[in-house]
Amino acid sequence: MIWNTILLALREIRRNVLRSFLTVLGIVIGVAAVIIMVTLGGGVTVKVGDQISSLGSNLLIITPGKRMGPGQVSGAGPFKIEDATAIAREIPGLAGVAPMSSRAMTVVFGNQNWSTMVSGITDDYFSVRGWAVQSGREFNASELRSGAAVCIVGATVQTKLFGNQTAVGNRIRLQKIACEVIGVMEAKGQSTMGTDQDDLVLMPLRTFQRRIAGNTDVNMIQVSAQKGVSTEKVQRDIERLLHELRHIPANSENDFNVMDMKEITKMLTNTTKVLTGLLGAVAAVSLLVGGIGIMNIMLVSVTERTREIGIRMAIGAMEREVLLQFLVEAIVLSSFGGLIGIVLALVGSFAIASALSVPFIFNAQIVLIAFLFSAAVGVIFGYFPARKAARLDPIEALRHE
Amino acid sequence: MSAQPTAFDAPLIELSGVTKSYGSGSASMQALRGVDLTIHQGEFVAIMGASGSGKSTIMNIIGCLDTPTTGSYRFKGIAVEQLDRNQRAQLRRYELGFVFQGFNLLSRTSALENVELPLIYRGLPNAERRQLALNALATVGLNGWASHTPSELSGGQQQRVAIARAIVTQPAVLLADEPTGNLDSARSVEVMEMITRFNQESGITVVMVTHEPDMAAFASRVVHFHDGLVASDKRQAGVAS
Repeated sequence: MIWNTILLALREIRRNVLRSFLTVLGIVIGVAAVIIMVTLGGGVTVKVGDQISSLGSNLLIITPGKRMGPGQVSGAGPFKIEDATAIAREIPGLAGVAPMSSRAMTVVFGNQNWSTMVSGITDDYFSVRGWAVQSGREFNASELRSGAAVCIVGATVQTKLFGNQTAVGNRIRLQKIACEVIGVMEAKGQSTMGTDQDDLVLMPLRTFQRRIAGNTDVNMIQVSAQKGVSTEKVQRDIERLLHELRHIPANSENDFNVMDMKEITKMLTNTTKVLTGLLGAVAAVSLLVGGIGIMNIMLVSVTERTREIGIRMAIGAMEREVLLQFLVEAIVLSSFGGLIGIVLALVGSFAIASALSVPFIFNAQIVLIAFLFSAAVGVIFGYFPARKAARLDPIEALRHE
Repeated sequence: MSAQPTAFDAPLIELSGVTKSYGSGSASMQALRGVDLTIHQGEFVAIMGASGSGKSTIMNIIGCLDTPTTGSYRFKGIAVEQLDRNQRAQLRRYELGFVFQGFNLLSRTSALENVELPLIYRGLPNAERRQLALNALATVGLNGWASHTPSELSGGQQQRVAIARAIVTQPAVLLADEPTGNLDSARSVEVMEMITRFNQESGITVVMVTHEPDMAAFASRVVHFHDGLVASDKRQAGVAS
């Protein structure tokens, strides 16, 4: 009997193709919106995670100053190179400790100049950041020790200053010092925050301290934990050690900050997940509106087809069968809408994902949920009109003009 | 459940003391005031009367679309007044076929699908349903019109589709409510001859409401209603016999 009812419903939908299509348009848009939002949200979450892990795995970043709140840091004395050596010596389970000091500067080559960030680093920098030189070489031990005038440039600086020419072997000017380019870093692209990670010049920390900064400060220490070592424990250990080294009274707050990138990854991906959920919920409202549209049309249809219902009843349709017919009609309509919406959403989110260069991640779960939801919309919003049809008096219905 | 002519001496339709009133209190209107009527298998009964005489009401009751206020209606011995809506729907599905004055076909639906409709409710398989419907259309002389929708058919053709739909299930009773009311006289005669043929060849009992004596002349029995009561009940030789 259910097959017969579906057959009747399909015949009815075919009888009114245009109206059926307009009826389900709301559902189509609703389902498509939900799926697109959730699919793109998933893609963004993955992309954010990827970008953060591109900073280096198991990375902890230590900066001076305590956090006063979002974006605010109170002034505090910088670190010294001894702090980094102490961390390397005292803390177990570390893969590398990379102290660095940076300053924004203008670099000049020939008649080209470019404002960029110049950083003094040690050899651990490359392994801690998981970043390698693409052409040329890294600093050797004697250059690091003696503070030689050599540097490695990022891909952006290479393009801005040298164009298609190779940078390696040329000399660039940084204020008063001339510095030989010995390598170019691999391109890394934009960070999650939208800054260009390739816009930098690296030199040995000692060179930076002596010839540019004129002090022995270290602005930042980046630390990477060995695989399988808990970054939470490393974070606690470093905090305890620096607390001691910087002679902070026992009951005062630390005047430095240890950030675990894993935490930040988690935080950011959670944020995008919440945003995805919100957008999906907003889209779900349009599904609801689509459902009300179906109810509306079904109610009109019941009135319009009163005589037909009378005919069906005279021929021997039972109350249940009339109810089921209208209900199935609503469900078939809304599921059709759901299917069209799914196809539209997959095509749409694939196109948008590639336009935004976000990975397209097929989420079977949300597709299934959206489909079931659209069918449920049919049941919920089709029931009232269907019951109205089933309760009609056949004699009255037959008389209806 | 089939309507093959059998030795069925008990009355097919047995109405006794049937009354029907609409509304309540002082506004109440009595459409039937105690009708006794017995119809046997194979009869062709024409019900006549002025408007308001109760002929439509008795038709609705015989057709199990309505129930008597008091009195009893037995169909094949079943007390119809004790059945609920769904049971009466079942009775209509298996025992009754309806033909209306206004044809009452589903619009934008092919003749074939219209004729198939009662078979769908009977739950017949696809191929069998289709075959039976095509046969029924052929019986009413509409070979080749199966895919036409009502708006593409003339009134006479539409009524023949409606007859095909009524007889495709081989019901025990064919109920015709002013079947020629919307047709010209030539089409009317065609339709009446068709109904008479089903009555005589298939033994389908026919109950027909009409106000046209010409059409009532086809019946083998004419029952006149007046003020909610049976005024006269005469047997006659039908026109076609």
